[in-house]
Amino acid sequence: MTPHMLTRSLDRGATIFLLVVAALGVLIPLSNLLLPAGSFLQVPTYLVALWGKYACYAILALAIDLIWGYCGILSLGHGAFFALGGYAMGMYLMRQIGTRGVYGNPILPDFMVFLNWQKLPWYWYGFDMFWFAALMVLVVPGLLAFCFGWLAFRSRVTGVYLSIITQAMTYALLLAFFRNDFGFGGNNGLTDFKDILGFNVQAEGTRAALFALSCLALIVGFLICRAIVSSKLGKVLIAVRDAESRTRFLGYRVESYKLFVFTVSACMAGVAGALYVPQVGIINPSEFAPGNSIEAVIWVAVGGRGTLVGAALGAVVVNYAKTFFTSGVLAPYWLFMLGALFILVTLLLPKGIVGTFNAWWDQSNEKRTSATMASAAAEDGVTEPKLAE
Amino acid sequence: MLSLFLIAFALPAFAGPFEDAVAKFANDDFSDTEEAIGVIAGSGSKLAFPIINALQDGRLMADPDSKKVYVTGTDGKSIDAATGEAVASVPDTASAVRLNNRLRRSVDAALGSLTLQSPDLGTRLQAAQSVFKSHEETALEAVDSALAKEANKSVKAALAEARAAILLFKSDATEVEKLEAVATLKARGDQDALALLTGMGDQPASVTKAAASAIGSIQNSLAVWSMVQNAWYGLSLGSVLLLAAIGLAITFGVMGVINMAHGEMVMIGAYTTFVVQEVIRTRYPGLFDYSLLIAVPLAFLVAGAIGVLIERSIIRFLYGRPLETLLATWGLSLVLQQAVRTMFGPTNREVGNPSWMSGAFELGQITITYNRLWILLFTLAVFAILLAMLRYTALGLEMRAVTQNRRMAASMGIATSRVDALTFGLGSGIAGIAGVALSQIDNVSPNLGQSYIIDSFMVVVFGGVGNLWGTLVGAFTLGIANKFLEPVAGAVLGKIAILVLIILFIQKRPRGLFALKGRAVEA
Repeated sequence: MTPHMLTRSLDRGATIFLLVVAALGVLIPLSNLLLPAGSFLQVPTYLVALWGKYACYAILALAIDLIWGYCGILSLGHGAFFALGGYAMGMYLMRQIGTRGVYGNPILPDFMVFLNWQKLPWYWYGFDMFWFAALMVLVVPGLLAFCFGWLAFRSRVTGVYLSIITQAMTYALLLAFFRNDFGFGGNNGLTDFKDILGFNVQAEGTRAALFALSCLALIVGFLICRAIVSSKLGKVLIAVRDAESRTRFLGYRVESYKLFVFTVSACMAGVAGALYVPQVGIINPSEFAPGNSIEAVIWVAVGGRGTLVGAALGAVVVNYAKTFFTSGVLAPYWLFMLGALFILVTLLLPKGIVGTFNAWWDQSNEKRTSATMASAAAEDGVTEPKLAE
Repeated sequence: MLSLFLIAFALPAFAGPFEDAVAKFANDDFSDTEEAIGVIAGSGSKLAFPIINALQDGRLMADPDSKKVYVTGTDGKSIDAATGEAVASVPDTASAVRLNNRLRRSVDAALGSLTLQSPDLGTRLQAAQSVFKSHEETALEAVDSALAKEANKSVKAALAEARAAILLFKSDATEVEKLEAVATLKARGDQDALALLTGMGDQPASVTKAAASAIGSIQNSLAVWSMVQNAWYGLSLGSVLLLAAIGLAITFGVMGVINMAHGEMVMIGAYTTFVVQEVIRTRYPGLFDYSLLIAVPLAFLVAGAIGVLIERSIIRFLYGRPLETLLATWGLSLVLQQAVRTMFGPTNREVGNPSWMSGAFELGQITITYNRLWILLFTLAVFAILLAMLRYTALGLEMRAVTQNRRMAASMGIATSRVDALTFGLGSGIAGIAGVALSQIDNVSPNLGQSYIIDSFMVVVFGGVGNLWGTLVGAFTLGIANKFLEPVAGAVLGKIAILVLIILFIQKRPRGLFALKGRAVEA
């Protein structure tokens, strides 16, 4: 009876979230395109692109919450999967430039002509076709996560060690992508995009469509995560998070569960990156910087670990604050604020915004209902994740 | 000689051959200039070197009207070239004595032979080395006469090598002379000798054969030396890694606290050095050579105090929650970086090397810089002191007790929270000391710490958490492996390869090289 009530309350949160995202995904593009420019209700194009960026960050945060909040895997290298997805999309966009580049080479992107390359490297083949690029957006991060996870989880690298080697992974990729001879544009990365599927990436209509797509992807990603965590598989994941050895002794193949959820999460991060690149118009190696991945983790912590809705909310709140503060006179103090946010959230708000709200909601419900319900609610792990590692 | 100058000054009509030669510069005629160079170089006058040197640099001014020649010093003061008397100013009609390529060679040769017999040892050695490099036939006579007079052993060897280089390229040298020359170059056995031997051109058969065997033996010894060089670079990098990681080995390895702000402690140590040097520069410039000795204890205290503060205010609430600690300390690192950026500015700050840390010396074929050598020794000293401290002091005993079994230690009357704070302070303080050393070889900027944090974690994880010896072995292994990979794969790929190898290594041995065994593992 109690679990039923809690699921319902969670469902309510999830429903509100989905409705809000869907409404934004429809209303913002419509207002941008249909209302006259300068009208009070019209959303300017730069804001559409900005919120599209937030939506991509929210998907990344969802991906991190899926593994960290529900399976206890703290990846400090999820920015790498995000960036790989972004590079796959960037490669497609580069090949769409065609002869409109500075050097006008129909096959080779500008930076290859600049480096005196004679022909396209093999790993650039196929990226002139959208379906192939879209597939690679999922396959490349997924494959890397699968190989990495297969090695790591099988030899039971857990906790902090895993965090540190994921950080080493993204750092190694950062160094590699900075190299010119690696074939991804080196320091400058990929930029100067023109078309996506025949539409101009700079055009208002394309931007609005990309924003709507990002919202759609956020909704789909959220539904996938919800489906995973509320299934029986999700219960095992939570068991792994709270007591890994015990779950193993009960006969579950812990590493397979972890590997599955890690790979799914990496694919989601890849999609987020792929949607991010056409909206910001550039992808470069700094996306691999370990700091970015850690920042993404803090979005989840701020919003509420193990709540999904909170992760997405945290991504938007923190990034909105970042945009707000870094563009004003307070810019030099932004890092102070971000740093303080890290410290204060971990010390004072370990459950994050949504987690704390849920706890408060439960508590006020408790007062109204009987004491037996209260004791049962405390045992549930979904709304109140135990943060002990 | 001085009296001669005085007479010459008083009675220009009775000028000697030196003064006549000097006056020839004013004729603005290349053959007169050449003659003058020859006479002056052979005159033995102490003005000979400044005059020829000035001629080479275009600082020798000749006045065609009065036939007077002046040497303008690099400091802007001028002297009369014939007498050495200081003059107030050079007349406007004077212009620099011109040279052509042929004359430049005679100037070089004259300078070479003048400096070969300079009273200063360093100048003589340098001159001999420059003759070795140029191996101009014209210098042979000067080298021979210098060789006859030379008493110093190393200069004598350098002169002999210079002589060998000249003879090897001299077309009319006898076969015996050339064979001797090849033997001398073989004994020298470095890259320069190799270049001379491979580029010597047509020679008699016996000389070619001797040269071929000399080339082979030089190449072998060079290969060995390049291994030694790589090993030295590796040790040097390893010592830097160890220094950066050793504090982390305490906070992470012994206490289990993931301190992402560790790099910022290193940075604070470096900035402490900067402040100490600034104070010394402005107030007590004489103490500059002691600046690092003053900075080391100060950096330890500053970083250690900040460490204790962090432990008391943040970390102690997060024990047993390593991932939360990681996030909080990452936030802390952002705050510290930004604080330093606000206080000292975002650009690199200048930290100087004391005299005993600058320069280098040659060991066989490799060059060892003093700062790298001192850092290696310093790192080993810090390591030994730390080890001794953990082993022999009361605080060390308490630290080990608390890490091995916190509750038991508490039951025995150890104030565990005090020990926690001091341990964290110790780790941070050592990071601060590392900052003093790293300020000598790296840019002191707010981002200094970030560049070391990932490497430091790699070292500690690779070596095995909770084991200081593991950190030592880990740091030197990674340093040496990195430097041996670098010539093969390039610097960046080498680093990537190391990262990938560590990731794979952790799969094999998830707890590092020297893993703790038993119950502590699961704690």
